Order: sequence, then C-alpha cells, then structure tokens
Amino acid sequence: MTGNNILGIIYSNKYDECLSEITGLRTMGSVPFAGRYRLIDFALSSMVNSGVEKVGVITKENYQSLMDHLGTGKPWDLSRKTEGMFILPPFAYAGNTGSYTNRVEMLRGVLGFISRSNEEYVLFSDCNTVMNLDIGELMDFHSDNKADISVVYQHGALPQLDNTMALDLELDGRVRQIALSPNVEGDVDYSMNMILMKRSLLLRLVNESISLNHESFERDIMQNNVKKLRIFGFKVKGFARTIDSLVSYFKISMELLHPENCAQLFRPDHPIYTKVRDDMPAIYGLGSTVKNCLVADGCIIDGEVENSILFRGVRVEKGAVVKNSILMQGSFVASGSSLNYTIADKSVAITPNKTLSGAENYPVFVGKEIVI
Amino acid sequence: MARKTECLAMLLAGGQGSRLGILTKNIAKPAVPYGGKYRIIDFPLSNCVNSGISTVGVLTQYQPLELNDYIGNGQPWDLDRANGGVHILSPYQQIKGSEWYKGTANAIYQNITFIDRYNPEYVAILSGDHIYKMDYSKMLEYHKQKNAACTIAMLEVPWEEAPRFGLMLVDDENRITEFEEKPKNPRSNKASMGVYIFTWSKLRQYLIDDEQNPNSSNDFGHDVIPAMHSAGERMFAYLFDGYWKDVGTIDSLWEANLDLLNPKVDLDLSDPTWKIYSKTPTAPPHYVSPTATVQNSMIGEGSQVYGDLDFSILFHNVQVEEGAVVRDSIVMPGTVVKSGAVVQYAIVAENAVIEENAVVGERPEAMQNIDDWGVAVVGAGVTVHAGAHVAPKAMVDEDVKGAK
Repeated sequence: MTGNNILGIIYSNKYDECLSEITGLRTMGSVPFAGRYRLIDFALSSMVNSGVEKVGVITKENYQSLMDHLGTGKPWDLSRKTEGMFILPPFAYAGNTGSYTNRVEMLRGVLGFISRSNEEYVLFSDCNTVMNLDIGELMDFHSDNKADISVVYQHGALPQLDNTMALDLELDGRVRQIALSPNVEGDVDYSMNMILMKRSLLLRLVNESISLNHESFERDIMQNNVKKLRIFGFKVKGFARTIDSLVSYFKISMELLHPENCAQLFRPDHPIYTKVRDDMPAIYGLGSTVKNCLVADGCIIDGEVENSILFRGVRVEKGAVVKNSILMQGSFVASGSSLNYTIADKSVAITPNKTLSGAENYPVFVGKEIVI
Repeated sequence: MARKTECLAMLLAGGQGSRLGILTKNIAKPAVPYGGKYRIIDFPLSNCVNSGISTVGVLTQYQPLELNDYIGNGQPWDLDRANGGVHILSPYQQIKGSEWYKGTANAIYQNITFIDRYNPEYVAILSGDHIYKMDYSKMLEYHKQKNAACTIAMLEVPWEEAPRFGLMLVDDENRITEFEEKPKNPRSNKASMGVYIFTWSKLRQYLIDDEQNPNSSNDFGHDVIPAMHSAGERMFAYLFDGYWKDVGTIDSLWEANLDLLNPKVDLDLSDPTWKIYSKTPTAPPHYVSPTATVQNSMIGEGSQVYGDLDFSILFHNVQVEEGAVVRDSIVMPGTVVKSGAVVQYAIVAENAVIEENAVVGERPEAMQNIDDWGVAVVGAGVTVHAGAHVAPKAMVDEDVKGAK
C-alpha cells in the first residue's frame, strides 16, 4: 500500500439544482470557477496534494462536460497504472434504473467499488464547496480524537440547501447534536460535507441503511448515530465557502478579488490543478483600462474592465465596458457594449452597443453560447 | 522494432547560445523562456506535432538538465506515444570510446541507429533556436513532389540584412544552384531558416562519408550540404512566408518577445488550429489591482500587478508591487519588482528580485551617447538591492549592491 491509505469519493452532481442556471448543461463538479478552474478541481487537488491515490467520481446526469474535463485524470496526476481516478456513472440493473435520488442510493450504486478497494479510510466530498484542505491535518485530527467519523465544518451563515447539517459541538470538537437545515438566524457551524471515516464502518452503515430501507445519509446515518458513534467536527482553515445559489456563486467568486482570499485558496505548496488549455498569456491592448480583476490566459483586453473575473480566452473590444461581472471561457464583448453585475456562461457573444445590468444580489445570467 | 515512420524529426538542441550570455549560463538556448509562458523549443516541437510528425529526437549536449526536465515524457506536446514520441538523445559511450557531438552532422551521425529503428523515408532536421509557426507537412509534400534529396526552407529577408544569413541562389524551379555563406555583397535575399528535409537513404550515406573525412568539421552547413551539392544531388529551396525570428542575441530575444505586442506582426499564439503547446504552470489567473495601470502588455498566470506596466511581457508568478514601473521589458517567471523600482529596456531572468527604488536599464532617449545604450540583463536568482542601478547593456549575474 502506498499513499495515505484514503479512498476519495466525490459526488459530482450533488446540489446541481441550487445552481440550475449554470448546471443546466453540466454537473456541479464541472461548473467553471475562478477564471480557469472547475469546482471539482478543489476537491480533487486537495485529495491529491495530501497523497490520496484513488478517487472515485460519482456521476448521475449531464456528465459529458465532466468527463471531458477529467479525461484520464492526468492533470491531477491520477492517470495511474494502479489506482488513480475512476468515473462511476449510474449502474442500472434489473428493477433499478440506476439513477440516484439520495446519497444512500448513490453509495449503494458504488458499493462494489468501495468494497473492492483496499484503503483503510474513505473521504467523501461534494463539489459545491470551494476550499484547499490539508487532508493530512484532518487525518491527524481524526486519529488524535479516536473519532469514528470526522466532518469538515465552517462557521457562517447556513447554506440554503436540503439536509445541510448544522453541528452542535462540544468544546473538544465532538458533535453533540446534528440539526438538518434548521431555521436559524445568524452564524452556525455547518458541515461542508467532506466526511472521513473507516471504509469498514462506511460499508456497515450503508448496508444497515439499505436493509432498513433508509434513504437519508444525513438523517439515518449521521443524525441517528450521534450518540452511538464518536463524530467529530474539524474546522476548516483559510478560505472555504459553500455555494448554495447563483447569488452565492457570484459573491464567492467576487471574494477572490481580495488578494488575501486568493492567497489562502491558491497556495504554491498546495496547488489547485486543472485541465490545461494551451493558450497564450493574456494581452492588454493600448488604451485598455483594467482595475481589480482576475484574468486568465488567452484573454485579449482592449476595453475597460473593473472588479471582474475573466476566464480563459475572453475578448473585450475597445469601447466595451465590463464591471462587476464574471465572463466565462471564450466570451466576447463587442465595442460599445456595457455589462454590469453579469455572469456570462461559456462562449457568450455580446454584439455592439448592448447594455446588460444586474445587481449585486441579482446578477444577470446569460446562458452558454447565447448571442445578444 | 518500432513501427515504420514516414518522416521523423531531429531537433538540434545542444547549442549553448553563447551570445545570450548569462541567460544561457545554466540552461541550453532552446530552454530559454519566451513569450510569457513558452520556451523557444515549444515552437519546433509544436510545429512537429501540428504537422503530423510524432517521432522527434531532441539532441542535447550543453546544460541538458533543465531541458530534459522540461520535455519530460513529452506529454504537454502530445508526444508521449507508444510508437515514437519524443526522445532525448545525449552523447553516449560506445565500445570505441565516447565523444561529444562534434558538429550538427556528427550529432545526427551518432544517432543513425535511433533513426534506423523507425526506418523513415524522410528526416527533418530542425534547430531549436527559432520562433516561427510552420507546417512541415507542406514542405514534405514539396520535397516528395520535387523528388529531392534535400529541401531547405528559405525566407526572403530584406536585402540590407541578407549579409547576416546563409543565402541560396535558385533557378526557375527553385532548385538550388549556389550557396553563399554570409557574403558581403549578396546576390540573393533567400536565407536559410535552418529547417531541412532529407531523403534518409541519401543523408545516411553522406553522414557516413562525412564522418570518414578527417578534414570535415561535421557540420550540416559547412560540410554535408556542400558535399551533396557538389555531387549534383537534387536540392530545392522551399519558400516560407511568415514570421520567423532567430533569437540568438539579447536584442533579438527582446525584440521577438515584444513582437507579440505588435498587432502587425504575423504571429498569433492564440490560433486554435495551430496551437503552441508548452508545459503550463500550475497557477491561478493573474491579478491586476486597483492601483495598477497596464498598457500594451502580456501577463502570465499567477502574476500580481500592483504597479505600472507598459509595453512589457510578464511571465507567470511575477510580482510588480505598487509604485513599481516596468516598461519595454521582459520579466521572467517568479521575479519580484518591488515598490519604487524601475525596470526599463531590460530582460530580467527567473526568480530575480529588484528591490525598492532600484533602476534596471535606461531609455535610449535619456542617453548622452546612444552607442552606450542597449538592453540590460539581470540573471536568474540575482538580487538588485535597494537603490542600486543596473546600467544599460549591462549583464549582471551576481547580486548588485545598493546605493548608500
């Protein structure tokens, strides 16, 4: 056995519906983020940087873009002779369409994969989280506390998602109680749904749930076992956010325009890997004005851009104005057009003299390949 | 035995590039960074892949570590192949002893066994010193159509520059009638680009003969090609029309970089049909702060710009602090330009530190005597201490002490 003895499992489709504008054509895992990444890059890179050598990616639907992004796993160094990355599409069999509606069903679909693995531990992650986690520290925390289950949590406003686990913690980090999406005001300790446990324990819990016809991982496996098992909360360090809506996607993206947030997320000693696109460095033309922006490779900027994130290969013509916006890969803004609080999906074209303006709490969204 | 390959390429990457001075102190010339994220060798390698040549031997000799490390298994260029792919070919020991590559022809001669494994009809000989985008498959078509033994790519250069090049005189069919090596009074402006295609069976014999000639300098330009010519082989010139630049000197390297910012220059690195591949650094998008002004520049991933940038190329992970000025310059990966520093008409190599209020280079219009002016070069890892001055045309490869 090499590596750190942890099997990674990533749910690529979980919570797709909360970002339905962007996930209409893709999984949560393949949602573009921070100028050149897809959301799954954060979970995958955190795992790989901490020595995880085998990762299963559970998919459910719309996973073409995800497959295209992941390829053989090479960018994450997961294209291996032994172990590496495994894509786990729904597995249909007699009497079952293979499509999942909850986490227990998802796990049931990949039970064979999990039981055939040799790693001692299993680490789960969703894709609607943005963080650069040191899993070695999580593992140490888990062992030091002799925990059965460790849950990565963040302190802040509760994400508005189904079955978000709000944790009531003892001083030593042990979880006293779990409330599922409680109606609370103010900040709480909520689970970021990165969960570590022994593989043998997981297999036992899932098999029990299946035999009892339980459906909810959060309620039946986590909440119900709070007294029986030693469940601990591990507070994530640095920049860590959960996306629960288009507005939060926008807000979290914009937080990266603060260099200290960027520095916490993109650590040179813990890089975030992604698929390479082989484009030239960005070019700024004569007369361009750019202030407070993240700009990726391949962009050509001749216009005015402020407080914005430009993905790879975006073109902003002379006389165009882009403010407080996110322009995804290959978008184009023609002369005389102006965008404010706008999210443009991939390959959107804004023809001359158009004006789009949203608001901070309601950005305008332009779907993939739409020409305005 | 490897699968038969129609055409393979041998890339001459062993040169020191001594005219680049300290930039090639620890790396071979083809590994010199170019264009904000590339290295010179990315151009011939990408041209090969885009032209359908997927077996490439890279001949290294001078300071090969960085180049070997960079090329790795060839994956960034899609040259990690089960059959063929990229191979690093260094000089090796043989039963009769070992020798360095004595010249360009000898380098190929020593690797005849490698080439024979692929049993090619044709071999392209390329140099690793030039910036250009070229479809070798069209040249190969031409070579076949002319039933040539050797085809040399040529470029029409301005007459006044012609004396710097190896020139060719051709007849109506573009068959080469005469060569002129850097003549004072050129009779042709058709310059050799250092790109050759040979019919392998012919070249193989000439290489063996050349090796047996004790008076030979074992060089393509000096020995093998003249020998083929005087033996009456069919040698043709293939006209190339596009951007091509030899980046053999500091000035030409500086110019070739800044050519990327000139919209009139025909070198589009963003063309999806002819991508230039490179080993892409793992870094987030670059950040331009509210205090920065950026004009007519190129910026690589992971850089952070808080100062002023004008007509410059920043590679990846460069930091330009607030109040710093970088103009008409090339700044290579990992370098920091601190507050108040000015970098102008300069090439700053990797991981250098230009401390507060230091000045590197000078503007030509500020010179008393323009002959003293030139591009200043700061070597890799050098610290130019606070308030220090690096004169124009200077090349510094040791830390520069600050002004007291």
